Amino acid sequence: MRPVIPYVTAALLFGLGVYGVLRRRNAVLVLMAVELMLNAVNLVLVTADTTVRAALPHSGQVFALFVIVLAAAEIGVGLAIVLQLYRLRASVTVDDVPLTEHEPTATGESASPAPEGATR
Amino acid sequence: MSTATVWLAAVLPGAPLVAGLLGLLLPPASHEDRAPARRLAVGLGVVGAAVALLAALALLLRVDGPVEAATTWVEMGGLRVTLGLRLDGVAVLVATAVTVVALAVQVYSTGYLRRGPHDDVDVDHRYPPYAAQLSLFTAAMLTVVVSGDLIMLLVGWEVMGICSYLLIAHDRRLPEAPGAAVKAFLVTRVGDVGFLLGIALLGVGAGSFRIADVLAHDYPTGTLTAACLLLLAGVAGKSAQFPLHTWLPDAMAGPTPVSALIHAATMVAAGVYAVARLFPLFAQAPAALAVLGVMAAVTILLGAFAATAQDDIKRVLAWSTVSQIGYMTGALAVGAPAAALFHLLTHAAFKALLFLAAGAVIHAVGTTLMSRMGGLRSAMPVTFWCMVVGLGALAGVPPLSGFWSKDGVLAAAEAAALDDAGPTAPWVGWLVWSAGLVGVAVTAWYATRLLLRTFFGDARMPLVRPHDPPASLRWPVLLLAVPAALLGLAAFAPWFADRLRVAGDATGEAVELVHLAPNLILPFLLLVAGAGVAWAGWRRDPAADPARFLGPLRPVFTRAFRLDDVQHALVVRPTGALARAVRAGDELGVDGLVEGTGRAAVELGGGLAAWHRAALPRAAAGVLAGALLIGLAVALIGVTS
Amino acid sequence: MTGADVLLLALGAVAVGAGALVVATRHLVRAGLWLVVCLGALAGDYLVLTAELVAWVQVLIYVGAVVVLLLFAVMLTRAPIGPSDDLDRPGWPAALVGAGSGLGLAVLLVHAFRWSRVDLPAAGTAERLGEQVFRAWVLPFEVLSVLLLAALVGAIVLSRPDIGGRR
Repeated sequence: MRPVIPYVTAALLFGLGVYGVLRRRNAVLVLMAVELMLNAVNLVLVTADTTVRAALPHSGQVFALFVIVLAAAEIGVGLAIVLQLYRLRASVTVDDVPLTEHEPTATGESASPAPEGATR
Repeated sequence: MSTATVWLAAVLPGAPLVAGLLGLLLPPASHEDRAPARRLAVGLGVVGAAVALLAALALLLRVDGPVEAATTWVEMGGLRVTLGLRLDGVAVLVATAVTVVALAVQVYSTGYLRRGPHDDVDVDHRYPPYAAQLSLFTAAMLTVVVSGDLIMLLVGWEVMGICSYLLIAHDRRLPEAPGAAVKAFLVTRVGDVGFLLGIALLGVGAGSFRIADVLAHDYPTGTLTAACLLLLAGVAGKSAQFPLHTWLPDAMAGPTPVSALIHAATMVAAGVYAVARLFPLFAQAPAALAVLGVMAAVTILLGAFAATAQDDIKRVLAWSTVSQIGYMTGALAVGAPAAALFHLLTHAAFKALLFLAAGAVIHAVGTTLMSRMGGLRSAMPVTFWCMVVGLGALAGVPPLSGFWSKDGVLAAAEAAALDDAGPTAPWVGWLVWSAGLVGVAVTAWYATRLLLRTFFGDARMPLVRPHDPPASLRWPVLLLAVPAALLGLAAFAPWFADRLRVAGDATGEAVELVHLAPNLILPFLLLVAGAGVAWAGWRRDPAADPARFLGPLRPVFTRAFRLDDVQHALVVRPTGALARAVRAGDELGVDGLVEGTGRAAVELGGGLAAWHRAALPRAAAGVLAGALLIGLAVALIGVTS
Repeated sequence: MTGADVLLLALGAVAVGAGALVVATRHLVRAGLWLVVCLGALAGDYLVLTAELVAWVQVLIYVGAVVVLLLFAVMLTRAPIGPSDDLDRPGWPAALVGAGSGLGLAVLLVHAFRWSRVDLPAAGTAERLGEQVFRAWVLPFEVLSVLLLAALVGAIVLSRPDIGGRR
């Protein structure tokens, strides 16, 4: 078995995931891209299990299991947040998510409100 | 020095000091004239001045030669400051004059600062602080007179300045009073800086500030001349000599009794007294005496000419004071301190008399402007005759006191000019003598003008019913008329003349204050000429101002050669600009630095916070790009190392 | 090239292609479905790499639960069924960073492994993995269960309006 094949697959999948996170405007699609990234990591871990002689056997696969559990937890909470956002804004566009509490509406993709919030 | 003399000399400034300090504890406002605070203030003031007068008279009888007593007060690094007394004939005579005038003014003030017919119903003269400040002033002046130590003299000197400032600004109804008070204080302060430096030079040179030590010390000529010139700055300030004379006419905004005490008889004479005290030092510094002579000559003429064109009666008297003190400093400059002191004493008498009489006129008529007076001779005969005595003494009419003392000054100047007597060069003598002679004529002119405008002719304010003042105003005036008339004759008494001898006096062992000689004729003729011209000018049109004959010079003289404006342009405006620049530098520079640091920190924080506050996509891009860069860096480093 | 390599290549290509379609398609629902394909291909990869438990857990949880949740979310947020035009933000930073990270990692891994060979290890059966989990990795396992509980509670708190923090 040539391990470079699954490794390269994982690398390309990771790149696609990063591209998707930065490219997509819909929050659910962003989460899908995040899943791609996590799966790429999982593939690396499982492949590493074959190439690395670890002190504890199958540790790569155990880690992959843990990552799957984490991904599941993350997707649950993340989708709850997305749905709450949808209830408040009637939109799940990530552009409209402000990172401060003061501005009720942010405009454009570079939403950066006035710097008076720094003194609070 | 016997204990009794020491006690008397301590009571002399001590009694008014106690009266003043107690008076300051009284409540300042007294809403009716009969309030107990006012009565207590009156009592304290009069009693303080009376006790001081009794002490001065006692000392006059006891002291004939110089006596000294001193205790060391502070010793700092080799410099001794003492609390001491130095009494000699000059000191007790001047002290007597000061206390007489102070008592007269205290009594006069009780009547003057009472609600009169021209005042509003609810005016409050604030008598308690007034009387207390007058007492404090008297104490300070007496400290200057009897002090045996330069630092004590300086303390008295400065307290006089403070009291002058407070008293000029006493009447709060006058809008010009606070400005005049500040001007007086600042201009004298400028002189006082020089005075302090001069005292410091003398004290450091001698190792002690005691006057006896200073007079006995042998100074190098350069130091001595510098110290004397610096002392002259203080004299110019306090005695209102050119160029620091600008404050005195404006100080007339103070109540008339204050003008009589402070700005005629005592404080303005303090400069002359200080020079006379330290005259042995001045006699060794001819350069300083020459400067003093030039100052004196300029001041005599400046004051006399400015007095010719004033409408305000008090301003005429103020400029006249400037001019007469010029005579005193001129006498000092030609090396005749005894003549200067004699003129100081007679001037105290007749100038205080003039101011108090003028105050009576102002009190009766309700205005200080001569253009509103006239024809008061029949209505106020007592005041009129007292004024005649005073003005006659001022002009130098024989046999009144001013004639003898002014003549002594002129004789000393003539001797310095023609016979090269005295420590200064003859040209100083010529300068003082010629200025003095011209001054006699001009003084006679304006004195006659004042008399005619105020008391003769038709009354220009027919609605006012003037009358002679009440007893509390009348008696001090009458009593002061006596020395104004007769003090000159005391010069013939040897005990008086001997007391005026000052160590280092250049006119020889026996002081001759009066000279019955043919050169008395010249000033007399000038006097007659000046008075005659004024009278003739008045006769042409009794209702008009004889000053109109000055023609185009009249506005120049009224504004005193615009020296006020010169001072404003040369000193006030640059200082104001400097103050504004410093303030701007402080607000923009120093404050700006501090506030700017705060603002910069806040802005930096805000900027960083704004960076943080990117929306979600930009944040995600930042995180991932950063991770990529770090990964690249790690990989490259891992590859290359 | 053994059979394992061929399978890995094929499944890898499927996974990458499906992943590309996930991030590029203009249909929201189709993105979810392409994600299923991608995850399924990856499960196949795991099987080839003798990670049996991981493969079945992948199918169960990822394909079965996570994608279903994602599709639920797509539906609940009223996603249009047809193509939508405003799904994408400007592409250049995404392309830059994405290409940089993907290709960079690929270069790194190729440089590290080249065309080397390894033997496939023993199968990662449930019994073997279980031994490892409950011996060496029991503490992370317990922590993860606490984490799952926290996520569960958090999701409920976020979703219900009547519980949660003050408004």
